[in-house]
Amino acid sequence: MGRKGLLIDYEYCTGCHTCEVACKQEHHYQPGQWGIKVNELVMETFHKVAVDYLPFPTDLCDLCVQRTAHGELPSCVKHCQAACMTYGEVSQLVQEMEKKAKTVLFAPK
Amino acid sequence: MGHDKIVTSTAWSPGPGCHGGCGVKLFVQDDKVVRVEGDEQHPFSNGRACPRLLAMTQYMYHPDRITYPLKRVGERGTGKFERITWDEALDAIEEKLGRIRDEHGPEAVLFCQGTGRDIGGPISFLAYSYGSPNWVQLGLGGHSCYTPRLGAMMATQGDYAVLDAAQFSELRYDDPEYELPKVIVIWGQNPMPGCPDGFFGHWIVDCMKRGSKLIVIDPRWTWFASRAEQFLQIRPGTDGALALGLIHVIIKEHLYDKAFVEAWTEGFDELKARAAEYTPERVAEITWLPQDAIIAAARLYAGAKPAAIHWGVPIDMNPEGSTVAQAISHLWCLTGNLDVPGGNIIARPSHGVTTYPFSTQEMHELYGEEFVKRLNEKRIGANEYAMVRNFRGWAQPDLTVQQMLSGEPYPIKACWIQTSNILGGQAVDVRLHHEALKKMEFVVVADLFHNPTSMAVADIILPVASFAEKESFRSWWAPLQVIAPAVQVGECRSDWEINLELAKRFNPELKKRYETVKDLINDRMKVAGTSYDELKQAGGWVMPERGSASRPYRRYEKGLLRPDGKPGFRTPSGKVEFYSRSYAEWGLDPLPYFSEPPASEVRTPEQYEKYPLIMVTGRRSSVYFHSEHRMIPWLRECDPDPIVEIHPSVAKPLGIENGEWVCIENDQGRIKRKAVVTPIVHPKVVSVPHGWWLPEQAGQEPKLFGIWDVNCNVLTPTGTQSKSGYGGGAYKTTLVKVAKLREGRDRNG
Repeated sequence: MGRKGLLIDYEYCTGCHTCEVACKQEHHYQPGQWGIKVNELVMETFHKVAVDYLPFPTDLCDLCVQRTAHGELPSCVKHCQAACMTYGEVSQLVQEMEKKAKTVLFAPK
Repeated sequence: MGHDKIVTSTAWSPGPGCHGGCGVKLFVQDDKVVRVEGDEQHPFSNGRACPRLLAMTQYMYHPDRITYPLKRVGERGTGKFERITWDEALDAIEEKLGRIRDEHGPEAVLFCQGTGRDIGGPISFLAYSYGSPNWVQLGLGGHSCYTPRLGAMMATQGDYAVLDAAQFSELRYDDPEYELPKVIVIWGQNPMPGCPDGFFGHWIVDCMKRGSKLIVIDPRWTWFASRAEQFLQIRPGTDGALALGLIHVIIKEHLYDKAFVEAWTEGFDELKARAAEYTPERVAEITWLPQDAIIAAARLYAGAKPAAIHWGVPIDMNPEGSTVAQAISHLWCLTGNLDVPGGNIIARPSHGVTTYPFSTQEMHELYGEEFVKRLNEKRIGANEYAMVRNFRGWAQPDLTVQQMLSGEPYPIKACWIQTSNILGGQAVDVRLHHEALKKMEFVVVADLFHNPTSMAVADIILPVASFAEKESFRSWWAPLQVIAPAVQVGECRSDWEINLELAKRFNPELKKRYETVKDLINDRMKVAGTSYDELKQAGGWVMPERGSASRPYRRYEKGLLRPDGKPGFRTPSGKVEFYSRSYAEWGLDPLPYFSEPPASEVRTPEQYEKYPLIMVTGRRSSVYFHSEHRMIPWLRECDPDPIVEIHPSVAKPLGIENGEWVCIENDQGRIKRKAVVTPIVHPKVVSVPHGWWLPEQAGQEPKLFGIWDVNCNVLTPTGTQSKSGYGGGAYKTTLVKVAKLREGRDRNG
């Protein structure tokens, strides 16, 4: 089995905080502990204000091994309201990345 | 974590707070909900869930949750309450409200609710069983939340319309009848944070992924604005002028749907003449928008078919909100996008079942036309405003607070406040509402947590169940679904259970009809040919059938909309009325028009010189529902502070740094906020999120959990309602100034 990862399409991440709270519930993390944290970038470009969000899996992310072991998706991926997160084999996610701009691949473990 | 069972249910209100409809799985162990997840099988949310839903365990089992009835034992505002039994609480309420009814009449009691959620059904049921006509969103200036839009749509097109995200089909986007909107106009809303008006906000993201282009109209650069083909950064309170400007261009350039307009509408020539006054040049001056952008937006929207408009509560909060809504709804009729796939489709409660009466017709069906008309005699605002009298059953909130203070034309003695934090949430001019509430002889609060309102005025507090603890049902808009209990928490009871019990005491006739809440639910679900247990057994939800009145499309061609079964719309003329016969009958301008905000650079230039920033309140947070959830640790840390968004070009000369606490003030008061210096807001606008109180601070008077420091509505005025009585709350147009905190005076406060 190859390494697993999270592919995030940040064209569509709306910054809704679902992944953060899904993770906290799953792992019973205390306030201040984040398995994944959404970062915000607001910047004036030449024509507009760019507003982008990107969730970042931290050292506390274990890719929900307790869920994926019996075929469930990681909690953040399952609940993502924008459905912009994909879990899978890194080698396959790279192929997805070939097809879609504004994506980032994390392999936390 | 292990679990004994999984209960599938529907999220609506107490819990996530919102207008909901999401399918959920509640994991139960030892009679406790230990985990909440989305239900992948559910067609509304497809397994997705918001942060508020995922934090349900912290909400349900929070140490501050009220889990048994309380009575006040100290002076009001001292926070001294004592545990009592349900029997003691209900007996005391029956005795006290019974006496008030005998001495002053049932109209002396207000039945106060907050925003939509699921409370409208049970609270109107209790108010009417008691006999009071005064069902009210107390504090909501101009009653500016959806009712102005609903009233405008009902008057001019005979039904309500929503953006088509295939939400009425079990197959959703794969339904062969469905088409994707080529263009979506997001007008005055950030759909990300929740389920506005029964609409899952991220459905718009689903559409974007499938190819829908966006036009966004907002004073803030939202995430959606940053991804729009066209973004119109509009001056707050001028949406009516923009709508008329778009109509102007669409008619002038012959971009409207001639076949639809000829066959199914009336009043086009009158609308054309009115819109002729709103040239792009004039509209540009009013709205701060470039002429070219107005013309381009009109062409993009009207040139795409299908196209749909998704609008938000700022429409209602415009001056003359009910006429602004009229103008915007004309756009989807002019362009032939009404009730077509991918357009604005007519939304009726699924299967004709009423959970929460959204129209006069539903009220007549539930309570009888005669009874509803009789309520109008004493209903506050029904005599002053024909639209208030003829549409739905609300008391007008701005007149209500005046009457609480004046006692004219009759005294108000008591308030039943159910899941509404008036002083920490919706009330404009908070001091005035605080004073008015304190005058009440008797106040009952039914809620899940203490809040500034319960602390200031409650005499009895009843503990309310969250959605995970109750039997209920939902038909807003589709599917028809049941809410099933997973556990019991303390002695909490559902709003329906509380209200049915009291309703029976005030109207013993009801004892024959409903023994249990389930009897009432089954009675209401009869029109759908099902029952609570049957639907629960069948998976918990059902979409309206194809070809029925509550399922799209093109029902006006099929005779599915009118009571007489003829083709057309449920309006006086049977057509979409660009010249509204109902508005004319109500003494209102039958055509849409623009009205300048009550305070603005144009209307009140002297005031504008003193207070040069427009305070836009109410931008939503995905982790809070209005004034709820500030005590939930997982949520609070995502959005920890009461902030003000201010543009860098304004902050810099004032010496305001990002993250610094500042004061916001006008002649009505002053509050403190933490500055977020950001180009997201228009330089002439500050965005000040609402619903802020600080549960971690002292609740007793005079602090009331910090509302005088942080609640933005300390600054918003009452009495700005539209000529119709519906719309015009100045939540988006109040003028303020922002300054650094002064040492001593401000920092110690």
